[in-house]
Amino acid sequence: MAVNQDSPAPPGDWDRVAASEEFQKLQAARRRFIIPATIAFIVYYFALPVLVGYAPDLMKTPVIGVVNLAYLFALSQFFAAWLIAFLYLREADRFDAMGKHILAQLEARKGGEQS
Amino acid sequence: MNPPLVLFLAFLAITLTINYWAAKRSIGASAYFAAGGRITGWQNGIAVAGDYLSAASFLGIAGIIAFQGYDGFLYSVGWLVAYLTVLLIVAEPLRNAGKYTMADVLAYRLRPRPVRAMAALSTLTVGAFYMIAQMVGAGTLVALLLKGSGITFNWAVVMAGLLMVSYVVFGGILATTWVQIVKAILLMSGAILLSILVMAHFHFSFGNFFDAIAHVKDGDKVVNFLNPGLRYKPPYGALDLISLGLALIFGAAGLPHILVRFYTVPDAKTARISVVWAMAIIGSFYIMTTFLGFGAATILGKDFIGNNGGTNMSAPLLARNLGGEVLFAFISAIAFSTILAVVAGLTISASTSFAHDFYANVLHHGHLRNPQAEVKVARITAFLVGAVAIAAAIVLGPAFNVAILVALAFAVAASANLPVIVLSLFWKRFTTEGAVWGLAAGLISSLALIAVSPSIMGLDPPTAAKTARHLIQMQPLFPLENPGIVSIPVGFLAAFLGTLASRQDPEAEARYTELQVRAATGLDA
Repeated sequence: MAVNQDSPAPPGDWDRVAASEEFQKLQAARRRFIIPATIAFIVYYFALPVLVGYAPDLMKTPVIGVVNLAYLFALSQFFAAWLIAFLYLREADRFDAMGKHILAQLEARKGGEQS
Repeated sequence: MNPPLVLFLAFLAITLTINYWAAKRSIGASAYFAAGGRITGWQNGIAVAGDYLSAASFLGIAGIIAFQGYDGFLYSVGWLVAYLTVLLIVAEPLRNAGKYTMADVLAYRLRPRPVRAMAALSTLTVGAFYMIAQMVGAGTLVALLLKGSGITFNWAVVMAGLLMVSYVVFGGILATTWVQIVKAILLMSGAILLSILVMAHFHFSFGNFFDAIAHVKDGDKVVNFLNPGLRYKPPYGALDLISLGLALIFGAAGLPHILVRFYTVPDAKTARISVVWAMAIIGSFYIMTTFLGFGAATILGKDFIGNNGGTNMSAPLLARNLGGEVLFAFISAIAFSTILAVVAGLTISASTSFAHDFYANVLHHGHLRNPQAEVKVARITAFLVGAVAIAAAIVLGPAFNVAILVALAFAVAASANLPVIVLSLFWKRFTTEGAVWGLAAGLISSLALIAVSPSIMGLDPPTAAKTARHLIQMQPLFPLENPGIVSIPVGFLAAFLGTLASRQDPEAEARYTELQVRAATGLDA
């Protein structure tokens, strides 16, 4: 289950892990991807209602036959969303590896203390 | 019996068999609520898609596009992009920090009783709101299926609603995971089939299809349905579109029945993979609303749809036109199972929240003498939430477009739930008072604004059909259909001010560090 009541790490460990250089690196790496990705998708997404709402004549411009800018821009949102998801999926494997490494070190240190 | 009814009953028999099989497997609280954490990534991804693609997506969006063209397609866009918020911000930390419900994450670092009580209330509200739309969809559909038998919309809602709720009460979430998977596959098949038939109608020429969309006859006028502005018109249309967009892309990450899905997988990586699976399926479906919606607009026209069941029946009527009674029956059965599966997901999350958050943790301080009682309370809640939704659906009536109704549920979720989830995950100083203020203010402001919006308030001419009249006959006090642009900032602001107004909580801040480590590394999760 997601949360065990009796956590294996004593309270002090959380702070120690959180303060460790490796954990800081992991958090920074996550932020370096997630913050720009979030800003990018929010900006790209809201460009659609803003342009449709405030520049309807521009968006009515036919591009391919009768198919207008409004429809093509809306359609592009699907591919943009899939692209960001794909990029995140690729990056996240790296975060997983870093997280596993931190856990392994924690276990090793605890093992050392006990023996 | 007419063929639609026969096929429809055949499908029902299949899903009930699956449910019976699953019901035998869900023993004990962990199995009932979270399928024992053993669902795989792709299974959960399809199930998330199944939970998400509701009556609103299949019946509602097709209806708005059929009546108001391009503006309806914007619902499709927003509802997919919403998953980036889920993927990038909430899915993984939630998976690592929670157990059964959304409130687990809040209770993790804040004082459990007040936040659980408020979170249970907001979960029940969002769930009921969302469910009203499903009941309206189911009722309209059953009334259309049984046309001529004397069964009215009201009775159809009651029958469909009771059937759906009893479903969950005996199965639990494992049942709904498998029902979601079966349903998602059926829904995708139905949408693909209908899309192909629409294109066949236009001799597989996109040129012909889009030309037809650009020249839709509306009375004696010819309207270009690809142009924006048929629904969202000045002076408030642009603002309403932004407000709608905010609710759509921030609402999904606050939907309790979607969030509980991430507790059914073994780790954060699986949660992530399941979101991406869901995005592939959901996105493909929403692109196909182009064919369903514009197909209904060009082939049927809104007068025909309006006279044969109304906006929500655009997709089933399109099926009848293109494939006769058999296809109509098939698509109707798919639509019904779609709704059934979503109601199951909603019921389970609402009842889980009440049983786990309110009954077990608030009333009994987390120490239940008999753990079976929690499951029993969940079952009773399921019936009550269902009854409320059935009653509300009857009051709103069949004319209300279900996509618009669900977008309102998204606004409530985005205003009440999302701010406190995000702040508890990312703000160290966040306190219990902040969470309670945020939940309460988001909930109250979104509901109050909806109550005085043009969805509920309006002056109808005496000639308007009884079923299409506004609930309150007066000028709307709030000009926008969707409250998101006001109520989401209100939710954030209240959570922020509530925190600053309260004393710093060293324990919550210590637990924040713990949460960060857990969320990022999956330590003992």
